[in-house]
Amino acid sequence: MKKISLSNISKLYEVISREYDLYAPIKKAGKVNFAKWTDGEEVVFNAQTVRSPKDMFFPQTMDLYSLKMQGKTVEVIDDRSETAPFVVFGVKPCDCKSFEVLDRVFLAEPVDTYYQNRREAGIIVGLGCSAPSESCMCASFGVDNTEPVADVKSYIVDGEMYLDAITDKGEKLLSLIAGLLVDADSTKVDEQKAKTKEINKKLPLQNLDMTRFTADNLNEIFNEEEWEGLSEACLACGTCTYVCPTCQCYDIRDFKTNDGVKRFRCWDSCMYSDFTKMSAGQPRNTQMQRFRQRFMHKLVYFPANNDGMYSCVGCGRCATKCPISMNIAKVIKKLGGKHND
Amino acid sequence: MQEVKEYTPLIVAFCCNWCSYAGADLAGSSRLSYPANVKIIRVPCSCRVNPMFILKAFQRGADGVIMCGCHPGDCHYTSGNYYARRRMSLLFSMLDYMGIERERTRVEWVSAAEGAKFANVMNEFAKTINELGENKRLEDLRCK
Amino acid sequence: MQVSDIKKKASEMLLSGEVKRVIGWKKGEFDYDLTPATFESVEELEDFVYDGFCGANLSKYLIKESKKEGKTLVFMKPCDTYSFNQLLKEHRIVRDNVYVVAIDCEGKLDIDKIKSKGIKGILSVKEDGDEVIIDTIYGESKVVKGEVMLEKCLTCKSKEHVAYDESMAQGVENVSLDRFSEVAKLEAMTADERYEFWRGELSKCIRCNACRNVCPACSCVKCVFDNDASGVSAKSNANEFEESMFHIIRAFHVAGRCTDCGECSRVCPQHIPLHLINRKFIKDINTLYGEYQAGADVDSRGPLTNYTTDDLDPSDIFGGNK
Repeated sequence: MKKISLSNISKLYEVISREYDLYAPIKKAGKVNFAKWTDGEEVVFNAQTVRSPKDMFFPQTMDLYSLKMQGKTVEVIDDRSETAPFVVFGVKPCDCKSFEVLDRVFLAEPVDTYYQNRREAGIIVGLGCSAPSESCMCASFGVDNTEPVADVKSYIVDGEMYLDAITDKGEKLLSLIAGLLVDADSTKVDEQKAKTKEINKKLPLQNLDMTRFTADNLNEIFNEEEWEGLSEACLACGTCTYVCPTCQCYDIRDFKTNDGVKRFRCWDSCMYSDFTKMSAGQPRNTQMQRFRQRFMHKLVYFPANNDGMYSCVGCGRCATKCPISMNIAKVIKKLGGKHND
Repeated sequence: MQEVKEYTPLIVAFCCNWCSYAGADLAGSSRLSYPANVKIIRVPCSCRVNPMFILKAFQRGADGVIMCGCHPGDCHYTSGNYYARRRMSLLFSMLDYMGIERERTRVEWVSAAEGAKFANVMNEFAKTINELGENKRLEDLRCK
Repeated sequence: MQVSDIKKKASEMLLSGEVKRVIGWKKGEFDYDLTPATFESVEELEDFVYDGFCGANLSKYLIKESKKEGKTLVFMKPCDTYSFNQLLKEHRIVRDNVYVVAIDCEGKLDIDKIKSKGIKGILSVKEDGDEVIIDTIYGESKVVKGEVMLEKCLTCKSKEHVAYDESMAQGVENVSLDRFSEVAKLEAMTADERYEFWRGELSKCIRCNACRNVCPACSCVKCVFDNDASGVSAKSNANEFEESMFHIIRAFHVAGRCTDCGECSRVCPQHIPLHLINRKFIKDINTLYGEYQAGADVDSRGPLTNYTTDDLDPSDIFGGNK
């Protein structure tokens, strides 16, 4: 394990950014989001980013290809460019886990090469949690918030950042900044981990009962009357899906430019009325059905197809951002199992 | 070598069918010249101009947008231009509030008999836009 | 006015059959995550709450609820009644199916402001006069209420209800700031500074549509931004232009109808000060066409559906234009 003093950390950013594009949780216009680091930006580690780091691999909009019309000819242009290697700093353990969920979707056959391209180019520096919040549910979804699964794991204790490479990519990154790091033992980090685990025990949503969410109960849960009540105030906005680190639905759309067409893909939200709308009509006509789709997907359909892995990492963004404060915790408490109060 | 495009401003003029569009016609038949980069879009009444039209014109590459209608009191439909006047006042004020150069948008009243005024207005507006330079703050790079 | 009185009123009316359902706020997992809800029985009313976190404006729910069979009882704060009136004016609510009870509001709290003070692990939030006491797993914190109130409440336009069938309100003194001072500050900047300010704010937009969907004035059955035939429908902002366009057009569409209820800014996950866009329109309308408060009545003509022959020309307003 290596360490560096936080007072020295901007030097570390500087060295990395000479070699890679560096992304970090940066505070701009009052809110913290992952953004490209340039000298003078304010990096904030103790707040949750509004947008999740899924943007790094699966951006909100992405050009696929374009068509250019000239007279009677149509030229097809591949808008893809090789992604330059980049580094994402300060990714919390829950968000690290979300990449695993996204990989299941995009790296399964047929592989999404746009995603793969970025995934291979990205080096993730995870950051262990030291002060989880009441909206954190990571433990309920099997995430250990003291062990970020990433290329490099890091911890911040007493004004110092501890770093430890896990993968080869991580080793490579640490060797780049080796001159700035000093050797350290893990005593302080272990103390912090133990402390965090104690805090987890006091958090109300870290031990949700999800035993009922199995493929066998699919029909029973699907037909629950509770869905009506849970979804009645839903505004049908896309906040929960757009701040979610694991929501991966997208739409492919065309934009008519002045001399052709740009085909791009952008995030879609199951909360929107035209979600998966087809020429034959709309598979989900009411907001209740759309609301139900979101949670059934995360808690029942996805695990049934992915060895029990939930498509939720318990980051709690939906819980803090929903305009009407309806969220996955409330759904789990209503439908998850007997042991939720 | 990348080709360097010379800047010629693009101006979109929304013209009311009953007055300024005929005014443009008169300017033409009177052989008065106004810049060729003024693209006229005929509308049934200045009131037809939706704020979205203005924004979309900028999106599609306009550097200046002007709306021409009948003189207040002369609307073919009695009051359309009065409504349009309020709308455009508020919209232009909002664009200014967002930091978009206020000279880029304009409203002028031009009647069917004012061919000379039409040419003058367009010449003068084109000059203003030329001096202002390219529209950067409301551009859509996909349309470049 | 006590919460127990409100609950009593609700259960009385449900029991007597006068109303079929009650719209109010339902308790959540924590003290601060209340959800708007309908209550159809006295048992369900157990979870009814009315406290500092009832910022949500309930008027828009009446579009749907008032079309159901039977009467709906709704509790409204003063600002909600403006939105209610405006919706009545636009014929979106069946008035006969609604029973409005006016309740007092002393300003609502913003959990995001509390959290942005670094307060985490919140177990409970209690109001105590001008203080808010927050108990967390990391210890207790006290903050001044004025520092953690919703933006819309800091500049509250009125503590008086403009529509109700029955009032339980006893009146609260309104000590609020001038709601146009922030707009004036922006107006005083140079165009470049304003451009920078709005770029910074609007670049955060994730196009989640929360501002639009919560807005009582945005009650179109199909929004232009959802309509594929409009040519501007989109599910994300592809670039800066779309960020600006969405917010300008949305604000313009509600100009003259926006009651300044502040819900857009309250629900924005990125805390973009959207109310400053709407207020700019309100301020302009007030200066150019005379003071106008949308929702203050149900029969006046809105400023954009009205005109006078001596309105100013845009070129008169923007001196530099000619």
